[in-house]
Amino acid sequence: MNVPTMAEMMAQGKQPEVLFWVGCAGSFDDRAKKITKAFVKILNKANVEFAVLGTEESCSGDPAKRAGNEFLFQMQAMTNIEILNAYEIKKIVTACPHCFNTIKNEYPQLGGKYEVVHHTELLKSLLDDGRLSIEGGKFKGKKITFHDPCYLGRANDIYEAPRELIKKLDVELVEMKRCKTNGLCCGAGGAQMFKEPEKGDKDINVERTEDAIAVTPNIIATGCPFCNTMMTDGVKATNKEEEIEVLDIAELIANADDL
Amino acid sequence: MNYIDNILFAILLFLGVGFFVRNINKLTRNIKLGKQADRSDNPGSRWKNMAMIALGQSKMVKRPIAGILHIIVYVGFIIINIEVIEIIIDGLFGTHRVLHFLGGFYNFLIGSFEILALLVLVSVCVFWIRRMIIRIPRFWNKEMKGFPKNDALYILYFEMVLMSLFLIMNATDVPFQQADSGNPISQFLVPFFENFHSSTLYYIERSAWWLHITGILIFLNYLYYSKHLHILLAFPNTYFANLNPKGQLTNLEAVTNEVKMMMDPSADPFAAPPEGSEDEMPEKFGASDVTDLNWVQLMNAYTCTECGRCTSSCPANITGKELSPRAIMMKTRDRLEEVGENINKNGEFKDDGKQLLNDYITAEEIWACTSCNACVEECPVNIDPLSIIIDLRRYLVMEQSAASQELNMMMTNIENNGAPWQYNQMDRLNWKDE
Repeated sequence: MNVPTMAEMMAQGKQPEVLFWVGCAGSFDDRAKKITKAFVKILNKANVEFAVLGTEESCSGDPAKRAGNEFLFQMQAMTNIEILNAYEIKKIVTACPHCFNTIKNEYPQLGGKYEVVHHTELLKSLLDDGRLSIEGGKFKGKKITFHDPCYLGRANDIYEAPRELIKKLDVELVEMKRCKTNGLCCGAGGAQMFKEPEKGDKDINVERTEDAIAVTPNIIATGCPFCNTMMTDGVKATNKEEEIEVLDIAELIANADDL
Repeated sequence: MNYIDNILFAILLFLGVGFFVRNINKLTRNIKLGKQADRSDNPGSRWKNMAMIALGQSKMVKRPIAGILHIIVYVGFIIINIEVIEIIIDGLFGTHRVLHFLGGFYNFLIGSFEILALLVLVSVCVFWIRRMIIRIPRFWNKEMKGFPKNDALYILYFEMVLMSLFLIMNATDVPFQQADSGNPISQFLVPFFENFHSSTLYYIERSAWWLHITGILIFLNYLYYSKHLHILLAFPNTYFANLNPKGQLTNLEAVTNEVKMMMDPSADPFAAPPEGSEDEMPEKFGASDVTDLNWVQLMNAYTCTECGRCTSSCPANITGKELSPRAIMMKTRDRLEEVGENINKNGEFKDDGKQLLNDYITAEEIWACTSCNACVEECPVNIDPLSIIIDLRRYLVMEQSAASQELNMMMTNIENNGAPWQYNQMDRLNWKDE
């Protein structure tokens, strides 16, 4: 696996095509690290010249902002922007819709203006440009449902890129009753990932997992590390882990190809 | 000639319109209690939104049954009210069906009004059945007790009565029925009045006429106190609604200035504040009361018609949490009304020991939000409950340090090691070699 950092690139006097913003989950969470690696494998295979910030990356500030701590958010944002601007970054890709939304929509007012794409969008454009081919491989014929991450879907109106990638896998894409603009949240957004839910009669991730179970998929596909955690927990809570796998789109594509 | 009727009518009209203007002034005064928010950009997309969403009802039909019935009532309401022009002229000048000279076109108009009136009547009855017999859950959440529940019913009854009066008025208008044109619906009511003496018919017709216009004027003045205000505010509300991507939360300028100062190595932390700024109150971060919200958020609150589509799609509410986005809007309006009344009574706002946060909206409600934007997406008139929730959170966290321990830990981690979890920043790239 070839993962150059910006510092190394700079030392060689090179500018990458795109910066891969890994995000905190993608860097530290054991489950999300698999998504990170799957995505890197695809980038390597498609010969995309990318780089990561490595130890120079820091939290985008999304959970702080959504928890109401604008101070902390802006301190994070400005620190990150200083680094990104110092490296003259033009284009950023990330596998986390929360980082994606924050850097794309909330950094510009603080001086960070970049072209920001979600990894499903980048993969889609690699596919369209013929730099990447996707085959069903071991997923051929499987039934897959896509859970729309709120920060990709409603927050930024991206519904089709992930679906078009899934369809390329020669699988049966089934939609949950609540999907796209009506998609139900997994329960992790707005800093909920880091706290216990308020008292109620059910956990949101279980409610959402039941939506998925209703269409009897083999795989629940997501495009967000937090959704992935929530849906994985939901599948466990409903004792379906034998029947249903929760995978990121990057993992589907990488695994199909045995990368 | 007897002028008493005309004078009575003029007084009635004057009072009706006068009170309405007074209410509108109160409404705009209250909305202006909110903070500035610049929504003057992109008039093109704003007009388009208003045309599509308010005028065109495009978001209503996402739920087709309610949507189509609503369009009928809405179109009926607008078109039948053309009739009011004639009623006013007749009332003021003692004429009868003054527009009759339009001939065939007049009959066509009245005929369409009658058909619409029947459709509205049927739709409103279906609305009532959905609410009271089928008991669709979103009409029965706990915030829909007391006045909010009755308010919805009063509106339905009002519309039933107004439409019936219109049809009865036409059915008992003997010359109109004799002409037998433009009466496609009312002709079927005529048999009910067959054995009535012509003078009785005359009085029924006159009573229906008077009750109809009085009803309209009362309804007009009921708007301000009711969720029905949406029939007016849906238009400005969709025009001034947020155009940014839904995921983008507002940037707090006041914080930006402070953060820039903190991060500026040449800034002097002991520098005296600039001349003349000593008396300025430092800006409050976030919102604890309605006057900390911006005017668009306050207009949102008055626009809300409590349909509950937001609440029925809210993941927190669906799973039994306290949060209901509709209740956030209703409580904001209730508090704003209270502040407005306070100002009316005292000339200016006198501290009443209450505020929006805690006295109306509890911390438990706002911390249950996942910021998923389902409520914003659902709202047929582009109300944004999420922005109020975030502003309240900002006050809790930045002014009161009142976040939960778990959230405080998450934030401390971000501050210390640049991640919401306690991992060493120097380990960020370890995944590469694992």
